[in-house]
Amino acid sequence: MTVTTKESRDVIKTVDEVVDEFHARSEELIPILMKLNQELGFISSEALERISTRMHIPQSQVYSVASFYHMINTKPTGRHVIKFCESAPCHVAGGREVWEAVQKELEIKPEETSKDGKWTLKTTSCLGVCAVGPVMMVDDDIYGNLTPDQLPDIFAKYQ
Amino acid sequence: MTALQAELAAKGLADEVKVLETPRIGDCEKGPEILVYPENYHYIGLSVKDIPFLVEEQFLKGRPVTNLLAPPKKEEAQELREPTAKEVRVVLRNCGKINPENIEDYIAEDGYSALAKVITSMDSDQVIDTVKNSGLRGRGGAGFLTALKWGFTRDAVGDIRYIVCNADEGDPGAFMNRAVLEGDPHSVIEGMIIAAYAIGAQQGYIYCRAEYPIAVRTLEIAIEQARDLGLLGEHIFGTDFSFDLEVRQGAGAFVCGEETALIASIEGRRGEPRPRPPFPAVKGLFGKPTNINNVETYANIPQIILNGAEWFASMGTEKSKGTKTFALAGDVKKTGLIEVPFGITLRDIIFDVGGGIKDDLQFKAVQTGGPMGGCLPAEYLDLPMDYEKLTQAGSIMGSGGMVVMDEGTCMVDIARFFLEFIQDESCGKCVPCRVGTRRMLEILTRICEGNGREGDIELLEELSVEIRQDSLCGLGQGAPNPVVSTLQHFRDEYEIHIRDKKCPAKVCRALISYEIDPENCVGCTLCARNCPVDAISGEAKKTHVIDLDLCIRCGICNQVCNYNAVNVTT
Repeated sequence: MTVTTKESRDVIKTVDEVVDEFHARSEELIPILMKLNQELGFISSEALERISTRMHIPQSQVYSVASFYHMINTKPTGRHVIKFCESAPCHVAGGREVWEAVQKELEIKPEETSKDGKWTLKTTSCLGVCAVGPVMMVDDDIYGNLTPDQLPDIFAKYQ
Repeated sequence: MTALQAELAAKGLADEVKVLETPRIGDCEKGPEILVYPENYHYIGLSVKDIPFLVEEQFLKGRPVTNLLAPPKKEEAQELREPTAKEVRVVLRNCGKINPENIEDYIAEDGYSALAKVITSMDSDQVIDTVKNSGLRGRGGAGFLTALKWGFTRDAVGDIRYIVCNADEGDPGAFMNRAVLEGDPHSVIEGMIIAAYAIGAQQGYIYCRAEYPIAVRTLEIAIEQARDLGLLGEHIFGTDFSFDLEVRQGAGAFVCGEETALIASIEGRRGEPRPRPPFPAVKGLFGKPTNINNVETYANIPQIILNGAEWFASMGTEKSKGTKTFALAGDVKKTGLIEVPFGITLRDIIFDVGGGIKDDLQFKAVQTGGPMGGCLPAEYLDLPMDYEKLTQAGSIMGSGGMVVMDEGTCMVDIARFFLEFIQDESCGKCVPCRVGTRRMLEILTRICEGNGREGDIELLEELSVEIRQDSLCGLGQGAPNPVVSTLQHFRDEYEIHIRDKKCPAKVCRALISYEIDPENCVGCTLCARNCPVDAISGEAKKTHVIDLDLCIRCGICNQVCNYNAVNVTT
C-alpha cells in the first residue's frame, strides 16, 4: 500500500490537472507525459500509477512510452540539466574537447547527476543550430560557439 | 540633421545628396549616426562640429572620414546570408524578409493566393496533375514523386483521410526545415491545405520535434491567424471544403522521422516503425489513408501552383526538378543555409556558395544525407547533385544536411561517430539494427583504439550487407552507409589503422603521440603548468619533454603552446 504523504498528494493533484487538461485522451499520452515531466521534473512510479488509473492504460505501457523518448525522464534529475549536442557538425567544430571539459569541470559522466543534486548531464540529438557549433543547452538556455575556457563562467550563472 | 542639410546646401550639394531620416540604424548608444550610400559608410557619434569636415571630405572629395567610421562588425556565423549568384530562393524566399508572426506579411507576398486559385478554379485532378507535371519529389530524402503519393492517398478506400507534415528534422547538421517553420510558416500551412483539398482530407497534423520550441510557437501563432481569417476551419473561402490543423510535438526520438514511427508517436505510442506495406497512403494515422510529406515539399506547393509546373520543371536535372535547401556545416568558411537548383556541382556548393574550406586547408570529404548518408571524396566534387547521381556515388540526398570535412578529419573516426549516433537512436525493435549496428560500432571502436585485426574490414562489409537487407525501416537499412561509403572511398585509411596502427589524420588518440620540438621550445613552462597529469618536465628556459607513459594525449599542451613547439605524430 502506498503511504500518501503531502508530496505525493501534490503529485496526484498535478497528474489529475494535466490529464484533465488533455481530456484523458490516449493519443495525448505523449503531450501529457511531456507536461508532467516539466512540472514534476521526472515521471515517478507514483505519477505513473496515477496516469495509468486515470487514462485506463496499463502501467507497463505508460512506462514503455515514457522510457522510449529521450526528453521524458523516468529518474530524478538535478536542479539544472545540461544537454550537450554530440552530433557530427558540433563534433568536427571542436565539440570533443568541450564535451570532455564539461565532464571534467562538473566531475560527472553522461546521464549522471552530481552529488550535490545541482547538475544532470545529458547528451541531446541535434538542436539544429549547427552554424554555431559546438552547442549545449543549460535548462532552456542555448550556448553556441563553445570553447573549454568559457565553461566556468557559464556554469557560474546557475545556482 | 539641420546642420547637415545646411552644410550640403552651402557646398552646393543639396541636389546631389539626398538626406533621408531613418529609424535606428544600429548601435543607438553611439548615436547620432549617418549611413552614406552607395558606399555604405557608417558614421557614428557625430556632433554638429563634425559636419563641415565630413561633408567636405565625404561628399566633395569622396574620401571617408576614418576616425568617425563605425568599427567594422565582426563577421559572425549567420544562418541565412544574402544569396550568392548560384543560389535560387523558392522555399526560403520569404525567410528573414517577412515577419513570420504576421499573416498579412505573407499575404502581401502573394500568400494564400495559390490556395484561392486552387479552391475557386481547380479540381482535385487538376491540382494533382500540376504537381505531377512539376516533377516535385519528396524532400524528406527518399525522393518519392509527390503527386503519385497524393494520388494513392486520394484513391485509397476510406471515409476519413489525414494530411501529416513531417517536421521531425532530426538529422544532425540539418536545420533547413526549422528555418522555414520559423521564418515562413504559412507557406507550409498553405501547401498542406492545398494537399488536403486535392486528397480530400479534413484534418491535418504537423509533427514537429520538441527540440524546436520556437518553430512550434511560430506554427501555433500562424495556425491561429489562418483560422481567424477563415483559411482554416469550416467552409474555407465560403466553399464546402473544410480543413483544420494541429501541431503535435515529438519528445526526442530520432526514429520518429520515419513515417510509420511518426504515426505511432502521434497516436500516443512508442515511436517504433512497422513493416510496410501497408503504406500510410492506404493505412496510416488511426488506420486511415494518410499523406505524409516533409516541410520543404509542402512549402514548394504554393509556388508551383502560382508559377506553373513548367516554371518549376525548368529548374534542375532530368529527374530531379526544382531547388533543394541544404544546411552547410563543418569545415567550410560560410556555414549556414543555402538553396540551390538541382544539378549544381558539389564544388560550386562548397567552394562558391560556401566560400571554400576554413583556414584554406585541403578539402577531404563531404558527408551528405545525414547519419545514414555517405562521405564523398574530392573526385566527386564535379558531380551534379540529384537524387540518382548521389545514390550512384554511394551517398544519398537525404533531407539536406551537408557536413564538409577538411584534411584533419579521420574517416574511420567519422564512421565510428555516425554509427554511435545510429546505435543510440536505434529503437530496438528489430535485431539487425539493434544488435548489428552494435557489432559494427564495436569493430570500429577497436580499430580507432589501435586494436583492429585482419579481417575486420571484411566483417564490417558482411554486416553491412546483412543489416541493409534485413532491417525493418530506413534507419536500419541506411545504418551501414557511413561505413560502406568510407570503406569504398577511404579504404586505405582503415588499412593503415589496422596494419600500421597509425591514424593519418592524427585524430585517433590511441594512435598518436605528442612531442616537443627542441627547435621551437623556449622553455616557457606553460605546457607543463597546464598538463592535467604532470607528464611534462623541464626547467624554465630549457627544452621541455613529454613522458609518453604518463601522457593521456588530451592535446592541451598543443593548444596552449604559443611557439608552435608541440608536434603531433603518428
